Amino acid sequence: MSNNKKSQSEDTQWPLWEVFTQPRDGKPHEHAGSLHAPDAEKALENARDVYTRRKEAVNIWVVPSDQIVASKGEDEGPFFDPADDKPYRHPQFYSVPRATKRRS
Amino acid sequence: MSTATKELTKQEALFEYLVRLADDRLILGHRLSEWCGHGPILEEDIALANIALDYIGHAANLYEYAVEIEDEGRHRDDLVYFRNDPEYKNLKLVELPKGDFGFTIARQFLFSSYSYYLYQLLSDVEDEQFRGIVEKHFKEVKYHLRHSREWVLRLGDGTEESHERIQNAFDDIWTYTGELFYQDEVEKLLQSNNLAADTTQFKKDWKNLVSDTLEEATLDVPDFDQFMVEGSRNGLHTEHLGHLLAEMQHLRRSYPDADWQ
Repeated sequence: MSNNKKSQSEDTQWPLWEVFTQPRDGKPHEHAGSLHAPDAEKALENARDVYTRRKEAVNIWVVPSDQIVASKGEDEGPFFDPADDKPYRHPQFYSVPRATKRRS
Repeated sequence: MSTATKELTKQEALFEYLVRLADDRLILGHRLSEWCGHGPILEEDIALANIALDYIGHAANLYEYAVEIEDEGRHRDDLVYFRNDPEYKNLKLVELPKGDFGFTIARQFLFSSYSYYLYQLLSDVEDEQFRGIVEKHFKEVKYHLRHSREWVLRLGDGTEESHERIQNAFDDIWTYTGELFYQDEVEKLLQSNNLAADTTQFKKDWKNLVSDTLEEATLDVPDFDQFMVEGSRNGLHTEHLGHLLAEMQHLRRSYPDADWQ
C-alpha cells in the first residue's frame, strides 16, 4: 500500500487522456489512442499533433482517461457471452445477397 | 559590371524579400529541430518537431520560388547550403540558441504572432504564386500561434519556476524584436507594387496581442521602446549563426554531389 503511494508521487507525467477522432463528417468518433497533457486544451493540441497530422480527422474528442468507466476483465462471462441457446437473436437464417458489400 | 549604384529592380527586390522570409523560417526550423528527442515530454517533442518541419517546408517553398524569380538556374539547395552567414538575411531572433523550453516558447510566441499578422497582409499580394504559398502556410502559422500562446499562458501562470523562467526569456529576447518591423528600400519598392507587407500596419496589433497575452499569463510586459539590435537584413549576425550553418552545411559542402536518390 505505502509502496503504491510512493510510486504515485514520483509520477511526474501529466494526466492521461483518451483521444477519439472522427474520420469524416457523419462518421462516429473512433478511439485513436492516448496521450499525456496538462489540461483539455493542450490535450486537443497534442492529439492534433500526434494523431491527425495526415488528415486523419475532421474532429477530435479528448476525455480524461480516469473518467472512462470500463467493464472489468472478470465480467467477461456474464457480460459478453452470447445467449447461444436463443437462436432468434442471430439473424443467421437469411442469406445475404452476394452484391451486398461488407461494411468496411 | 559597373560599380555605380544601380537601381534595384522589382525582380531583384522580390528575390531578396523571398530569401529573407525563407531564411527566417529555415533557421528557426533548424533551431526548433534541435528539440527532437529532447522535448520536455513525448507529446511536446512531437509538437515541436512538427512545427520545425512546417517551417522547413515553408522555407523550401519560398526558396524555390526565389530561384525561379531570380532565373539564373540556381537550385534552392544552392541558397541553403552554399551561402555563408553574411549572405543569410534571417533575423537574429531566430538564430539564437534554443535555450530552455521557456526561451523556446517565448521566441515561438513572438515570432508566430508576428508571422500571423504578416501572413494576413501577404494574403493580398499581387502575385498569384506568392499568394498561393502564403495561403498554404497561413493555416499552419495560425496553429503555431495557438500552440505557443497557450504555452505562454501556462508557463507564466504556472509554477514559480516556470513563471520566472519564461519571464527571464522574454526579458532576454526583447531586444531582438525591433527587427521584426525593419523596412528598407527592398520592402518599400515591393510595397509600392503590392508585393510585400507593410509591417507598420500591424505593429500596434502585434504589440496588443503580445501585451494582452503576457498580462493574462501574469507576466511583466518588457519595455517596447528599449534598445533594439539591428542589422540582420544586411547580413550582420550573432556568433551563433556560423555554428549553426557549419553543422547544417557540413555534409553538403563535403560532398557537393550528395543526392537524396
